[in-house]
Order: sequence, then C-alpha cells, then structure tokens
Amino acid sequence: MISGRTSYVPETPMALTRAQVENIAHLARLELEAGEIAQFQQSLSRIVDFIGELERGDTAGVAPMAHPLPGLAQRLRPDAVTERDEHELYQRNAPQVASGLYLVPKVIE
Amino acid sequence: MSAWETVIGLEIHAQLATRSKIFSGAATAYGAAPNTQACLVDLGYPGVLPVLNAEAVRMAVRFGLAIGARIARQSVFARKNYFYPDLPKGYQISQYELPIVAGGAIDIVLEDGSVKRIGVTRAHLEEDAGKSLHEGLGSLTGIDLNRAGTPLIEIVSEPEMRSAREAVAYMKKVHTLVRYLEICDGNMQEGSFRCDANVSVRPAGSDQFGTRAEIKNINSFRYVEKAIQYEVARQIELIESGGKVVQETRLYDPDKGETRSMRSKEEANDYRYFPDPDLLPLEIEAAYIETVRAGLPELPDAKAARFVGQYGLSAYDAGVLTASRDLAEYYEAVVRAVPEQPKLAANWVMGDLAAALNKEGLEIDSGRLPAEALAGLLARIADQTISGKIAKEVFEAMWAGGERADAIIEAKGLKQITDTGAIERAIEAVMAKNPAQLADYRAGKDKLFGFFVGQVMKATQGKANPAQLNELLKKKLPG
Amino acid sequence: MIHRQTLTQLAADLRARKVSSVELVRAFLARIEASQPVLNAFVSVTAEQALAEAEAADRALAAGRGGALAGVPIGHKDLFCTAGVRTTCGSRMLENFVSPYDATVVARLKAAGAVVLGKLNMDEFAMGSSNETSYFGPVRNPWNTELVPGGSSGGSAAAVAARLLPAATATDTGGSIRQPAAFCGITGIKPTYGRVSRYGMIAFASSLDQGGVLAASAEDAARMLREMAGFDPRDSTSVDAPVPDYPAGLGEPLAGVRIGLVREFLDKGLDPEYERCVREALAVFERLGASLREVSLPNIPLSVPAYYVVAPAECSSNLARYDGVRFGHRCADARDLQDLYKRSRSEGFGAEVKRRIMTGTYVLSAGYYDAYYLKAQRVRRLIAGDFERAFGEVDLLMGPTTPTAAFALGAKTADPITMYLNDIYTISANLAGVPAMSVPCGFAAGLPVGLQIIGPHFAEQRLLHAAHRYQLETDWHRRIPERFA
Ligand SMILES: [Mg+2]
Ligand SMILES: [Zn+2]
Repeated sequence: MISGRTSYVPETPMALTRAQVENIAHLARLELEAGEIAQFQQSLSRIVDFIGELERGDTAGVAPMAHPLPGLAQRLRPDAVTERDEHELYQRNAPQVASGLYLVPKVIE
Repeated sequence: MSAWETVIGLEIHAQLATRSKIFSGAATAYGAAPNTQACLVDLGYPGVLPVLNAEAVRMAVRFGLAIGARIARQSVFARKNYFYPDLPKGYQISQYELPIVAGGAIDIVLEDGSVKRIGVTRAHLEEDAGKSLHEGLGSLTGIDLNRAGTPLIEIVSEPEMRSAREAVAYMKKVHTLVRYLEICDGNMQEGSFRCDANVSVRPAGSDQFGTRAEIKNINSFRYVEKAIQYEVARQIELIESGGKVVQETRLYDPDKGETRSMRSKEEANDYRYFPDPDLLPLEIEAAYIETVRAGLPELPDAKAARFVGQYGLSAYDAGVLTASRDLAEYYEAVVRAVPEQPKLAANWVMGDLAAALNKEGLEIDSGRLPAEALAGLLARIADQTISGKIAKEVFEAMWAGGERADAIIEAKGLKQITDTGAIERAIEAVMAKNPAQLADYRAGKDKLFGFFVGQVMKATQGKANPAQLNELLKKKLPG
Repeated sequence: MIHRQTLTQLAADLRARKVSSVELVRAFLARIEASQPVLNAFVSVTAEQALAEAEAADRALAAGRGGALAGVPIGHKDLFCTAGVRTTCGSRMLENFVSPYDATVVARLKAAGAVVLGKLNMDEFAMGSSNETSYFGPVRNPWNTELVPGGSSGGSAAAVAARLLPAATATDTGGSIRQPAAFCGITGIKPTYGRVSRYGMIAFASSLDQGGVLAASAEDAARMLREMAGFDPRDSTSVDAPVPDYPAGLGEPLAGVRIGLVREFLDKGLDPEYERCVREALAVFERLGASLREVSLPNIPLSVPAYYVVAPAECSSNLARYDGVRFGHRCADARDLQDLYKRSRSEGFGAEVKRRIMTGTYVLSAGYYDAYYLKAQRVRRLIAGDFERAFGEVDLLMGPTTPTAAFALGAKTADPITMYLNDIYTISANLAGVPAMSVPCGFAAGLPVGLQIIGPHFAEQRLLHAAHRYQLETDWHRRIPERFA
C-alpha cells in the first residue's frame, strides 16, 4: 500500500532528542552504545541545525532536481540474458552459505 | 441486509514474462538451483548499477493501454528502503510518486449479470524480492535470490469492491487480461500472480472508510475469497464486541483458514522513498505508445461482445469462452470448421470438452483434443450422420483413443439411419412385437409414444434419426 | 630520476623503449615501500601482479603493440572494484572484500596498458575531507607529515605528490579530488557527471559521485582521462557522447577566453595568502590573453547545507546493502536477525559513516522529507541555475579550491561542521554536475595552494587546455616535497 507522506516544517534550532536518535539508529540498523548516543545526539543536532539554513533559499516555484544533468532520460536495455551462473565465485565473499543459500538467523513471520 | 458494508481494494503483483530481469541480464526462469540466477546486480554487490529492461516497459504500457489508463510520459523510479534478508540492496526499486500507468478501469460481471466497473488507481513497475527458506535449516533461514530483480507490475485498485466475490471476479479479470496481453504467465503456484487485499468494514450507508487491514501475498482465487470472508467476519465481530480494528499487515493461513497479524513487517514502516539516483526519469514518447497500441490483441471484453454479435451466443457463454485467449482461439477454430453451428460448438466446448479437460487437470492448449477433431465430430452431428446422443459416445472414444470421429463412426457402425424405408421396417417390427402396448396407445394412452421411440432406437442401436423416427411413428402408430 | 618524469614523458619513453615497464615498476614499488610507514598512502600494494603486468606490457611494447598507457604504473583509489584484489573502500566493513569484477574505469585503464601498483587509501566510503576516517589509518601530507593530505582521495593525492606514482584514479563527490589536489600541490580533475562510468565505483552519493584523475600536470591528467572517459551501457547515468582527444587539444592560445572570478569564493573565510595566490594566477591568465571579470553565484552559500542533505540521504540508502549477509563484515554470534544487522553494521562502519547514514535516514524519514530532502533538491536547482547563468557570460569560472591550506591531523575531527565547511568552494560543482579542476598556483606558508577552474557541462577539454597553458607559464606543478624529491 502506498502510504501518504505528511509534511511539516521543523522548528529551528532544534536539538534531536535521545529517542529520535535511537529511532534513527534503529531505522538505519545501527546499534549505538550509551556514550555514542549522546555523541550522535550532539553532532546530529549540530548538523540538523546547519542544514536548517536551507530555509533561507527562495525556492518558490522551483522544481526539485534529482539529477545533475538536464534533459537526460533513462536508457533501455534489450531483454536478453547476458549473465551466467557464477554463484560459487560470488559467494566467496559471503560469511555463511550452505547448498547455495545465504544463511541468516531464523526469520520469524 | 447486513448492517455492515465491506470495502476491498486489491494490489496485484504480476511477474512480467521477460527473459531477463528488470535491471540486470540474469535469467528469470523459474525453478533453478538457489542463487544460480542471481547476478552481481541482483545481489546488490558494491559498485553495480541498474539498467532498465525495455521489454518490462513495453509490457507495462501494454497493460496500461488495455485498461484505458494514462501512460505517463515521464515516470520515476524510487527507492523503498527497508531491511529484510530477501531484499539485497536494503531497498526495493519501485515507482512511487510518478508511476508508469495511472487511472484506467476493469469491468467485472456480478452474479446478477450486471457489469460493475472497478477503478484502477495506478500500476507501477518494480523489482521482486528473493525468497526465504525455513525448512530443514534448524535455527537458520536460507536466502535464495534467484527471484530478486524479476520484473513486476503492481496493479492497485480503487477500494471499490464490496464483497469477497467481487474481489475474486476482479482478480480473475486481471488474470485473464495479463495473459491475453502475454505479459504474465499467470502461474499462481509459482507466485507469478499474487495479491494483497486491503479490507475494511463500515456501517452500511456510511461514506467514511473503516480502518483497514492488509492481507499479504495471497496466491489463489479461492484463498482470496476465504481470506476476505474471514477477515470481514473478524472485523465485524471485533467492532460489535466493542473492539477496534488496527491498521496492520496480516497473513492468511490456508491450513487454519484464518488471517493473523504479521508483527515483523510492522516495525520498519518508514520507507523513506526517494528518487533512485542510479536511474533517470523514464520517458515514453507518443509514437511509442501508438506502436504498442497497434500491437494490442483483441481484448476479452471486445471479444465477448463480438462473440455475441457474430455467433449469436448469450453474454454468459461469450464470457466463458473468452476467459482465456487460448479458449477463445480454440472455439473459433472449431467454428471455422463448422461455420453453421456456432451454438453447437459453444455447447460442446463449454460442456463435454471442458468437463473432460477438467477431469484430467488439463488446459485448453494442451493439444489433447485438437479443434479440428472436435469440429469433425460436430460436422457429423450437423449433417445428421449421428445423433447428439451417439455423438457423446463418439466423443468418449475420441478422447480415449485419439482417432477421428469419422473413423470411430465407421468402425463402430454408428452411422445414423436416415433411410425412411429402413426406419419404417424397424417400426413395423416393433409394432408387431408389442400388440398390447399398441392397443393401449390406440385406446388413448399417449404416454406410450415414448415407449415406441425407445424400442425402435433399441432395435437400431440408437442410430435411427430421431426427427425422422418421430414423424414416422406419428404416422404409423394411429393405424 | 625516473620518478620525476611526467606520465606523458614516461609513456613516450616506454614506447621508444628507452625504459622498460619492469624498471619503472620496480623503481616506484621501492618508493612506495619506503614511504608507506610515513605516508600510509596505500591500503594494498600489488607488487607481484604489477611486475607480471609490467612484463606483459614490455612484451607488447617490444612487439610494437600496447595501448596509450602501455607499461605506465598507476594506482586506483580503493573504491574502484578490482577483480581478484581486495577493495576495502577504506572500511572495516570491506576489509576482506575481494571483488569478482573490475570497475569499468579499471577495465579501461587495463585495456590501455596501464600497470596497477596497488589500491590507495581513502576516507571510509569516501566520507571525509582529511583522510582521517579510513579504517586503515590516516594518510599524511607529503609536504608536512603532521598535516592531512585532504580527502577523501587522500591516498591518491599523497602518492602522486610524493611521486610514488605518476598518476592515480580518484573520485569526487563534494571535492574529494580537488581538495586533496590543492592540499598536496598536484593537479586533479573531476569530470562532468556522467563522463566517467560509475560502474564498479563503490557508491557514496550516486547523483554526485564522479571518477577522475590525480596527476602531476594537466597534460598527464588529460592522457589518463582520455582512457577512462566514455559511455558505459552498464551505467544508466553515463552519457553517450564522444570523448574528445584531450591531450591533442592542449596547444591553443587563450586569447579571447572569458574568465569569471567567483565573488562568493572570496568570502571572509578565505586565507588572505590564498587570495593573493589566486589573484596572481588570474593575472597570468590575463597576460595570456584571457579577459577577467567578477561573477556572482548567489546561491553558493547554500551549497554546503544542500550537499549535507543530498549526499547523506543517498548514502543512507546506498550503504544499506552492507548487512552482513552476502559480503562484508558480519558480527560474531548473532542472537537474531536484527542483532546480526545492527552489530555487523555498527562494527563495520566508523563514526563519520554512521553519522552520515543517520543524517540521511533522518532527512528522508516521514515528516522531514519535504523540509530537508525536497528543499535541498530545490536549492540544488537554484545552484545549477547560477552556473548556467554564469556560463552564459564567461567560458570558465575560477577561484580558490579551498579556503585554507592543509590542516593538522585531528584539528577538525571534533566538530563535523568545521570539517564540512572545508569543501565550501568545491561542493557546488558536484551539485550542478559541472567539471572542475584544481591546479597548483603557489604556496602559502610553505604549503601548496590550489586554483580551482570550473567549466560548463562537458567542457573538460577547455579546463585541461587552460590548466595546461597556465602550467606552461608556471612551475608550481613541478614542485615536489623535499623529502620525496
Ligand atoms: Mg504494495
Ligand atoms: Zn509491490
């Protein structure tokens, strides 16, 4: 399901709360130790404050720019199979494999 | 009337029938050994980049045109970010704000024969994820990324279905359509065609939506119906007993016949969509759209309408015969061989043939009984060589042995007797053998007419032309 | 002395059989070995493989074959994937990662006959401006080993500056070629976005990353870039346009060329000695017939905040693939899947990478996307518009590459913003996708100063040409740190 994205303009300057830092770390799948959380809370707050300067840009009626080159369109590839089975080579970098499968701790649904 | 109204929207994922993946040159064939069809791009290796498959785009455009949707002149690929072991890059490349197909509609036929139009909000291109395998690995899960990167079109309906039956009818119609368009093989066991159902209930007459639950990854028509029915009952019961429906993802368990909450999927619900910087906007030119349009086959609704007009079939029969392109093609091949008998052909295709195929679990395109063979049988009915009843016997022999109708009729001597003299002789012999019944008939016992038909048929091993027999009996029995 | 020769000269001498590739490789390998404890420019040195490649190059040259760079020793920034040789991206995450394939840039240089001596140190995942974030330890500046070489291509820059190699590949997402070039007194070019394939270049921020060259001179850079640039069907953002013969265009006079001095690059943060060097350089261009004027790019002050939204956003997503499942670091004894993810990533990534991943996660998350990410994309368009307008008036823009000279190790690690602001003059070119160079233009307090030259899209030849003319008039690019002379 496509979920809507609500928008709101954050107040500046705004320090991130500890809970926010923990939530961001969880979304990014990073585990932070207690000391790290405090450090990141401080430096991320600094950064969030800094990027808040963007507000000064007068962007009324300016379309967002996702790519640096204007007017380029996506090129298409012909539908052809060009790859061979190389799983043994590719799996040399894998920490844990068996019978061609990548292994992870049990995923419960 | 129930106090509750059901509101259903479906998200159908159809795997596009390309040879290679949507962003890589790895094969999409089903059933290969684990990870043998996962190339560096599919594995999300450091440094690799996606390049879009032209055929996936063409197929999506075909679908959009078939449902009368707008084809976006510019659409954008976005990243949907979440961590899951079957999602190698930590994001799925999908389309979010600007999908390739927007708007459009699909007509379904309700039980009362009326037609209901279900709106399609959008259809977008995206890549499939891999598969997690839990069997026989103890405390571990195995990841097979062969399916990762397989092109999908996700077809999102408006929440316009009001019963499980409607949802199934819609899903079947989409299934028919994608196979007509030859953009998806429709194989539900292999997961090529699957659906998520968004289900909510609200007091009848309300114009507000209730809180919905999303039932994920249902891969059969029957399960869709059962899952929705279960979910609707669960929600009503919950509300009526003072509870509240929570917005969540649920899984249908076909063994237990119930849906249950999937808490694992709920955690990271902030997908942080943003335009994929590795891909540029997809631009589609008007001329390209026209080329694709020109290549569209006759679509099921148009074909059904033509069958009604051209062959004089009922709307119901036309609908059944156009449910798949193969079935319609088979039917028309039969009609081409016996052009005077479109209704007879329809009855046989939908009746005896369908039953026989069904019994053996075969599809119409199995080649088990070629259209010309069935037409050969119908031609003998049409020219009165055999009766409809004998034809069933011939059909069975054809099905069992594979010979043509004429050969069977010849070998078994099933040719209908149309010689008036021969039938008269048979009637006279029966009359002579049954004087008592004849007397009763003549005394006014009309019902005995059937007795004489049966006896003559028996005497001719069913080969007497039934119409002729009737006429002659009417002439002869009264004396 | 072999190591003081330019790449151009070495290539010619190899072709003329005045020197063999094996000789060259031996000489440079000896310098690398001697320098490594001091500079730490390399993550991996591939001596054996290099000698084998050199022998093959010598055979090819003897047979009258061999590409444009046959037998020339080079090095790759350690984020270009090299088949069979580990590619670490300066991270513990990829400490043992051996790529099964070659990046397009690597394959092209191989095809041109270049011999790879090793993989060069860098800031972790190219995130940094001082080369201090590398898991393999900081690189030191050959001009003063107490100072940083700049980053993220610090290993490439230090190696070229100390003449451990005649040239090296590098990448530039916000200044990572130009800033270390300036700090180390060498020449660097970041081409137009899309000019050099990104395939096999481990991504930091996909819409900003661009591969380029660090070399001793513009002429050498031109020779390298000619081999590296060009369309690649495996990179959707690679541009399908012919590559000019860069070295061939290096002779034309500068008369009539219009140069714009970027007013916003002369802000209060600029070291006055730097300004003096830059103005003297501009005077040289004027003497050569170019005309000079001041040009304003009013949105430039917003480029750093815009960059620190866009780049972390893209990196937060690009680095999600490092999850301990298919490659890269995996933690020991994971309790469950979430534990596997979190500990593998936390152990594998350093602090700056984590900070950027978190910044990016934050600006893309529900509720903040419009205010930060979309806003930054709009500002990005304003900045691109500034360049477009400027290039309607002038042919090239010039200014300092950095506000100050190389700083001491540890001087800017405490506050990320102080570090980020070091890229204040370089970041805008990445946001706009335009090509830019840094060429040495003097010394301030004994340390090299970089002149930045920026051109419109696909004007690499114009940049290289102007830089080359300037280098014919000056000898700043020939200065080598005494210790490595
Ligand atoms: Mg969905
Ligand atoms: Zn989907």
